[in-house]
Amino acid sequence: MAVVLINDKPVDIGNERLNLVQAAAKAGVFIPHYCWHPALSVVASCRMCLVEVGDKKPDGTVAMQPRVVPACQTPAKDGTVCITNSEKAKFSQARTLEGLLLNHPLDCPVCDKAGECMLQDYSYRFGKAQSRMIDPKNRPANKPDIGEHLSLFTDRCIMCSRCVRFTREISGSAELQVINRGHHSEIDIFPGDPVNNPLAGNVVDLCPVGALANKEFLYKQRVWFLKSQKSVCAGCSTGCSIHIDHNKDIVYRIRPRENPQAQGYFICDEGRFDFPYINGKERFDRPLVKPAGERSEPAESAVAWETALPDIRDVLKKSASALAAVVSPMLTVEEAYLFAKLIKGFSPQATLYLGWVPNVGKDESFPRDRKGNPVGPVQFTIRAEKCPNRRGVEEVLKHFQGEVLGFDRLIADISSPLPTGGEGAGVRRRPQALYLTAGYPPRLGAWLNDEQTKTLSTIPLLIVQDLAPTPITQTARYVLPAATFAEKDGCFVNHANLAQQIRWAVRPGTMGRTDGQIFLSLLGRRGLIQATKIRQELAAEIPFFAPLAVGDLGEFGVKLG
Amino acid sequence: MPIAESEVRWVKAPTLGLLDRLYIPAIIEGLGTTIKHIFQPPVTQQFPEERPDLPANYRGLHRLNRDTEGRVKCVACYMCSTACPAHCIDIVAAPAPAEWKDREKYPEMFVIDELRCIYCGMCEQACPCDAIELTSMFDLTGLTREEMMFDKEKLLSVFDQTAGTEKDPIRTKAGALSCASEPAK
Repeated sequence: MAVVLINDKPVDIGNERLNLVQAAAKAGVFIPHYCWHPALSVVASCRMCLVEVGDKKPDGTVAMQPRVVPACQTPAKDGTVCITNSEKAKFSQARTLEGLLLNHPLDCPVCDKAGECMLQDYSYRFGKAQSRMIDPKNRPANKPDIGEHLSLFTDRCIMCSRCVRFTREISGSAELQVINRGHHSEIDIFPGDPVNNPLAGNVVDLCPVGALANKEFLYKQRVWFLKSQKSVCAGCSTGCSIHIDHNKDIVYRIRPRENPQAQGYFICDEGRFDFPYINGKERFDRPLVKPAGERSEPAESAVAWETALPDIRDVLKKSASALAAVVSPMLTVEEAYLFAKLIKGFSPQATLYLGWVPNVGKDESFPRDRKGNPVGPVQFTIRAEKCPNRRGVEEVLKHFQGEVLGFDRLIADISSPLPTGGEGAGVRRRPQALYLTAGYPPRLGAWLNDEQTKTLSTIPLLIVQDLAPTPITQTARYVLPAATFAEKDGCFVNHANLAQQIRWAVRPGTMGRTDGQIFLSLLGRRGLIQATKIRQELAAEIPFFAPLAVGDLGEFGVKLG
Repeated sequence: MPIAESEVRWVKAPTLGLLDRLYIPAIIEGLGTTIKHIFQPPVTQQFPEERPDLPANYRGLHRLNRDTEGRVKCVACYMCSTACPAHCIDIVAAPAPAEWKDREKYPEMFVIDELRCIYCGMCEQACPCDAIELTSMFDLTGLTREEMMFDKEKLLSVFDQTAGTEKDPIRTKAGALSCASEPAK
């Protein structure tokens, strides 16, 4: 048990190995820092965290060190005394800031970081308002092509070297380095070797100033217009915690959210940059119906929800005995539960299949060197399974059906000589009606090949719930709009059985409804979907999900199983 | 914060005497004022034949200033639209054209809804580069709402019309802060 004195306030830090920045945070004292980041090595190069440090001797006397030291580099141990609010400490911090601002161009009005810039924030809190610099500032040229998604505004850099350490320690690709010396130091790449590693976007979040910018977001919005929603990335089965930054129902940016249970501090570029489809113009936003008997006719007419849903309910009821449904792993646990309940409610003979589980390549672990070989302990993994909720949907299917039938099985069943009717549960039948949920992001490409599409279109009644037009929606009798992860509430279960809550940030189009809302209406339940209520309901019904009974899963999620 | 009882002063309405209650002295006094003005020169301004002489700090129609090279001076920082209490300024920013060496960002689109604007002048105060100013032009008319959405070209043309005239806004004295009020090319 170690007790540290922060500004005369004792804090018990237990057996944790902390530095003074972290120990002070435990005491509720904020020590400003730029170069220090919990996931990166300590360099103590920015000197922003200068504090007075001393030792409390066993006899009660305190011996202070004569000079200020960087808090990020000083380990907190029993009896360490740290003073952050003395004149000396405050003076050191203010002078450090003045030094960092010597060559900073102060172009905040045109800088994308303005509003979330640590240089701005600290200037208000710890700095002094005026610069005594009278000489012309260094103005190194900008490097707009430092990476595919990255632009470097070299003159704004304060040389904290977080980005350099990130590419060396987390991604392992080591594209970035510091060139030149002293006040002429710059971040740069080797000529012709841009920062294009799969985690490159993180350097933008790491950059405490506006030096590294995300080209996809550059000049799109000022950050103070953005509203942020805590959610979970639907890009792969890692289930990284994210912030969805949005304004007026448009998603502008996705940023990582720290979650020690899921992924740590970072996200991959795939998750970061693959959101424009959410704002896509081509997405469905109302039900489309084709007149019966005219299946080859491509023209579909949009109908109101009020007529489409009872219609669908009726046709599903009619073909209940030979009904099949595909539960997409893009659905939340709550939606999968409602969907399974709906389908099994029509007839216990109805069959549920797990939707297509996209697997692209292999799991990629970082850090790895330039040849792709792993170096050191794994810091981040991009998984090959490009859907967020296979585990959750599987558990729901297991509960309702006892087994999980894959998508290949559905294709096989359709083309097999199974009976189409007859009594008896447990006997699979050739589906005569299919309710297919999809909702895969367009990045994954056409997920049904021509043959599969052809097989599926032999089914007399096909209902497809998808984001945007695809070959299968062309042949479907009913098309219902699906919602993306940014539009719905619910939870995803990641590869390690961690259930994390997603929260809606934007609305699914003017007429759109979320998948859960559609299932709820089809079930004949009234009102708007309340994911928390449904979650508690399924937690009571399915033992695997029992820990979800808490309702709100908090920021970091709840472990299952 | 509630007001302390000691700071409150109660005022009673004056009690009316007999003359006050007759109202006749008050009527005579009012008629006197009317009659007095018959013999004085009229003060009514015959608008629109006569134009008012407005002070140079009048808050009327906006203009977007040009820099010395005739380019739009605005750097699309969104300070005006952030400050705007009526949310009437709509900007779309873009990277500046490559030949503009001194700029990284410029407004691709800059629209002020002059019908929604309340002419408070906060945009002018918020602007860090004196690119937006309010002129003393006040009698805006339009046949449609769209016509009153002033876009970048329209706002720049207001600058071309007003720059260098005696009605130049006085907020930025030419040369003191920057080159806001330099005559247009």
